[in-house]
Parts: sequence; C-alpha cells; structure tokens
Amino acid sequence: MLKKIFSFILCVSLILSLMLVTGCGDKSSAEVYFLNFKPESADVYQEIAQKYQEETGVSVKVVTAAANTYEQTLKSEIAKRGAPTIFQVNGPIGYQSWKKYCLNIENSDFAKLLSDDTLAIRDESGNGIYAVPYVVEGYGIIYNDAIMKKYFALSDKKVNIDSAEQITNFATLKAVVEDMTAKKDQLGIKGVFASTSLSSGEDWRWQTHLLNVPLYYEFASSEDFSDPTLAGLNAKEIAFRYSKNYQNLFDLYINNSITEKGLLGSKSTSDSMAEFAQGQVAMVQNGNWAWSQIKDVKGNTVAESDIKFLPLYTGAEGEENQGLCIGTENYFAINKNVSEEQQQKSLDFLYWLFSSDTGKDYVTNKLGFVTPFSSFSEQELPSDPLAREVVRYMNDNTKNTVPWIFTSFPSDVFKTEVGGSLLEYVQGNREWKDVETTVKSMWKSERK
Amino acid sequence: MKLGNKRWFAVFVGPTFIAFCIAFLVPFIMGLYLSFCEFRTVSDAQFVGLKNYISAFSENSDFLNSLWFTIRFAIASVISVNAIAFLLALLLTRGIRGTNLFRTVFFMPNLIGGIVLGYIWQLIINGILYNYGYSITSRATFGYWGLVVLMSWQMIGYMMIIYIAGVQNIPTAILEAARVDGAGAIRTLFSITIPSVMPSITICLFLTITNSFKLFDQNLALTAGAPLKQTQMLALDIYNTFYGRIGYEGVGQAKAVVFFVLVALVAVLQLYFTRSREVEN
Repeated sequence: MLKKIFSFILCVSLILSLMLVTGCGDKSSAEVYFLNFKPESADVYQEIAQKYQEETGVSVKVVTAAANTYEQTLKSEIAKRGAPTIFQVNGPIGYQSWKKYCLNIENSDFAKLLSDDTLAIRDESGNGIYAVPYVVEGYGIIYNDAIMKKYFALSDKKVNIDSAEQITNFATLKAVVEDMTAKKDQLGIKGVFASTSLSSGEDWRWQTHLLNVPLYYEFASSEDFSDPTLAGLNAKEIAFRYSKNYQNLFDLYINNSITEKGLLGSKSTSDSMAEFAQGQVAMVQNGNWAWSQIKDVKGNTVAESDIKFLPLYTGAEGEENQGLCIGTENYFAINKNVSEEQQQKSLDFLYWLFSSDTGKDYVTNKLGFVTPFSSFSEQELPSDPLAREVVRYMNDNTKNTVPWIFTSFPSDVFKTEVGGSLLEYVQGNREWKDVETTVKSMWKSERK
Repeated sequence: MKLGNKRWFAVFVGPTFIAFCIAFLVPFIMGLYLSFCEFRTVSDAQFVGLKNYISAFSENSDFLNSLWFTIRFAIASVISVNAIAFLLALLLTRGIRGTNLFRTVFFMPNLIGGIVLGYIWQLIINGILYNYGYSITSRATFGYWGLVVLMSWQMIGYMMIIYIAGVQNIPTAILEAARVDGAGAIRTLFSITIPSVMPSITICLFLTITNSFKLFDQNLALTAGAPLKQTQMLALDIYNTFYGRIGYEGVGQAKAVVFFVLVALVAVLQLYFTRSREVEN
C-alpha cells in the first residue's frame, strides 16, 4: 500500500515538474520587449510600460541591463525565443556588431520624428535607417555653485576672478582647484573633486568621456575628414598628440580628490555622485543623466539652483570657446528577427512615447531627456538643472560643442584596457607614458 | 503496479537522464561545435575550422597569463584548504566540548553563495587595506592572497566534514594496537591515520583542485581581474572573451574547450595517483 502511494506521488511530481519546464517558455511572451540600457531610468520605464498597457492594451516588457553589461545581456537575450523587440546600439561601431539584427525603419512614423535625419545610422552605402538616436546628452564638470561662491568670497584667494563662470581655460581651473584644496577646511569640503571611480566597470567617465576631449582635438585637425567622428572611424592608428592634455585634467582630478589615490580602485560612480550630492566635494565630472543620482541621494545638501556645468578644459589651444561634450550614444533599433506584428507594435510604442502627450510628459519630466525629435517644442524641455545647462550651452553660439567622437573608439576592449592602465597609473605601478602606449597600441590592435 | 526491471529503469533514470541531456550533454556537444565556428549568438554560427583555437593563444597572452595565475592559485589553495581541514578534522574528533557547534560553524561559510562571499571579503580586505592607503586592486598579490583566503574560508568546512567521516571510520582496534606497540602521536598520524583516510584525501583533493580551477564568482566579485587582468582566472578570462568582445565568441568557446580538457586531465591524473595509494581497512 505504502509503496503504491509512494510511486503515485513520484509519478505526479514527475509530471508536474515536466509541466513546469514546458510552462516556463511561453509565460513571458510580451508583445513588446524593450531591453533598456540606462539603469538610472529603470523604474521610470516600468511605469511607462504599465501606463502604455493601460492605454492601449499592448503589453510591454522592460528589462534593464546592469551598468556596463548591456552587450552581454543583449547577446544572451537576443538568442532566445522571446527576444527583445527594441534594443539599443551605441553608435556606428555598435551598429557594425548588430547589423544582422537591425530592421530598416526608414519608413516608420517613429524614424520620421527625427528633426534631423542625418543623425540616424544608415548602412555602409548610406541607405535606410537602422538605428535612431533618442536622447541628446552632455557632460562636463558639474560644480556646486554654493561652494564656489564661498570660495570666491574669501579674502585670501589666490586668483583674480570672482565666479566659476569666469573659468575658461585649464590654467585658471587648475589655479582655482589647487587653491581650493589648500583651503578645503575653510570651505567645509573634504576635497575639490569627487572620487575618480576606477573600480571595474566604473571607469567609463575617464576611459571614454574624458578621453573624448584630447582625441577630439586630434581628429578635428585631420586633413582628410571634416567630421571628427568620421576621422576617428577611419583612423587606423592615432598619434595621441594631446596625451599631455589628457593627463593635465586627469592629474588634477586625482591630486585634488576627496579620496586617496590608492583607494580609487574601489570607488564607483554612485560613490562620487553621493559625495557631490552631500556637499563633501565641489566638483564631479559627469553628464546630465546623473541628475537622478544627485537628486535621490540621502542627505542631499545641494540646491537645485546651484548645480552647474563647466566644460572639460585640458589646456588645449583655443579652449576658451570650448563648450560641453554633447552628443549621443543611445540609438534605438528594432529587432529584424521578431514577427512583423511585434516589430510594428514596437514602433508604435516608441512613436507613442515620443509623440503622445502622456509619453512626452514622461520623457521630459521623468526621464529628463533632451530629444532630437521634432515632436518636442522648445517649451517641452526637461526642468532639471543639468539638462537646462546642456540646452543653454547648446544654444550659446560663442561656445563650440565638442561632439561625442568616442562613438568611433574601436571597441569596448580598447576602453577597458585604457581604464585598466589608468588604474595602474593612479596606484603608482605604471607611468603616464605607459598609459600613452596603451592608448596608442590598443587603438591600433583593436581597429583591424 | 508491477513493472519489469527495464521499466523501473526508465522511471528512475529517465527524468535524470533527460535533465542530464538537456542541461549537460546537448550544450556540451553544441559548445564543442561552436568552438569551431564564428558566431554572435548561438543560433547563427558559421564554421571556420581551427581559427579560434589559434587566436586563443596567439592574439594576446591573456589566456596563458590567467592559466599561470590559476595554477598558482590552485596550488596555494589546495594546500591551505586540505591542510587546515585535516587538522580541524583531527581536532574535532577528539571529543572536546562543543565539537558539534564547531563543526557547524566551520561548515556554515559553504552555504553562502560565491558572489556574496566575494563582496563580503572585498569589504573586509579593503577595510584593512584602507588603513595603509591601499585597496585590493592596488597590487596583484593582494588579490591573489585575497582569493586564497576566500577559497580556504569557504571550502575548509566542507572538506573538514569529509575528513571527519574518514577519521571516525578508522577502527579503534588498530589505533589501540598501535598504542600498545608504543607508537607516538606523530607515528600514529603518519602510519595509521593518513593511510586510512586516503579515500577521503582522494575525494577532497579532487574537489579542491577542480573547484580551484573552475573558480568564477568569487574571482568576479572580489577583484574582477583588476589590476589589468593580473588577477584574472581562467573561467573569468573565458567569460570576458565571450561576452566582453564582439566577434570573439568563438574564441571564448575555444578557450572553454581547452579549459575543459585541462581540468579533466588534471582531475584524472590526480585521481589515478591518489587512488593507487588507498588501502583497504
């Protein structure tokens, strides 16, 4: 008797487990599957997805890849049966890797929203539209004007300017920063710059964003190409002529930092944003996307009206007119291999997000995007201080915007290796010339 | 319910066999095939022959560097884990007070996942190094010893349990006979205890060697290979090749196959050598 019961239970559990295995497959078949690149916007996208389902009945699944793991996540997700229908490529290099999966969306309503369709990614012969940029972002040195004002009010300051806006080159920036470090106790800060985060996966602000400036100057002086990004894409080798400028600003960061050099290898970007938000430091290099990271920090002491941008001055000639680094590496692409119905639904979703009133409200107020779409009027701009600063710099005709030429960097491995050598430089195990060699040799070997 | 032996075989082995096929055999064969292919995702492979194997070794020295690092790590951790686990096993079979409590406490770390352990130890080690102006990524040796400590902490308890079982299995008659014959503690240890627990040593060495070679989560969480991939072990290198570089998926796969052959070879050799030293009680 007991045996019979036992074998019965065994059989039932077997059948159940088999059903479970087969059941797993179809549970997650949302109609639109969006693989999100921006961890800082993960919650907002969930909200948007829910709202969209309420309005249209179309289910949207949003999955967010953790910081710096987008390529990995995409690679494994796209091979599955319920593959992402909307994914992101990070510019021309990213498109090259994923072109087999990018649908031509030239005739979609969504692509037609672009106010300037030269921004879109086309194939080698310049036809079709395979990826559409959806956000324009800018970065530079974010500073806390309250602390700066306090400094400029000091009677024994060593510089003869009276506001942070008057800093227009590296020499002035360096003088101000070093004097501030000397007077940090008077200013009530622990360091001028927030931690130069160099832990694994957290070094993109230096190996990508900061490196953009010296390489921009190199590519801008190219004789063969008028567009620096194109010059970058076609550069088999680089001379890295502005290496000294790269070092200038990087050294300024690490020598006037809140954190000792030896400990920078364990710091993350959110650490530095928290230091800035809590008023422990006066400056931090980052972009307008960091607003959510400043705003949501516990013990935030920085007033919204005090948050401003300075360009990344590196001591290059003519940098007095240099503006912020403004561009995009965020492009939406539609998966070619999902059903036509899913493709259309995905395009409808994106169109809704960037053209309907509800969608646009999310985009400007919650996501805080400055978009390249004609559906947004001049009044429909994000209200956060950093985005407003980006727009101010964009509209300032006396300032030359530095484009994001890092979209032409040969590969992620290039960036990772540069980041690794920066860490070793900071820790004193390598010299600057080793960093220089790494930049040059990795560029050459990664651009085959 | 009367079933023949064959049908019982199907009922009992069937589910496991199916699971084994789905989760091991099929992926393994696919992986073998993919190592000869160029592909972006597993469903769009193109056969390219031995190219991946060549570039795994020739492209850069990452693979060989991490192989060397892994070997050095394996040696240190196999020695430390087994030596300490064996000593603890000897201590905790003497009937001292609180034996059960100690056994439980030492075994506990084994129940925590590798990633969590990695981050915990990163905090602990950084907490100490901060006082001297260093962090775990400052020097490759910090990461190396950090990994050894972490591995030891995690594995010692488990190995200890196996050794305890071995030590408790030694017939008291032999031990008494040795004592009557006038053997001291050291003599008893080397002539009676160690030969008698040879089966435990075999299994413990097997587990520690293979686990040391395959270590991944702890490596990822503790140092992630920093500085400059100097603390990157084989499994992490394979992962980074596969996922970190577009166009190198096949190379990563080729490295994984080489890795499998290597681990299998080391394990078989070790089993052969320790088995031959086992004695019947």
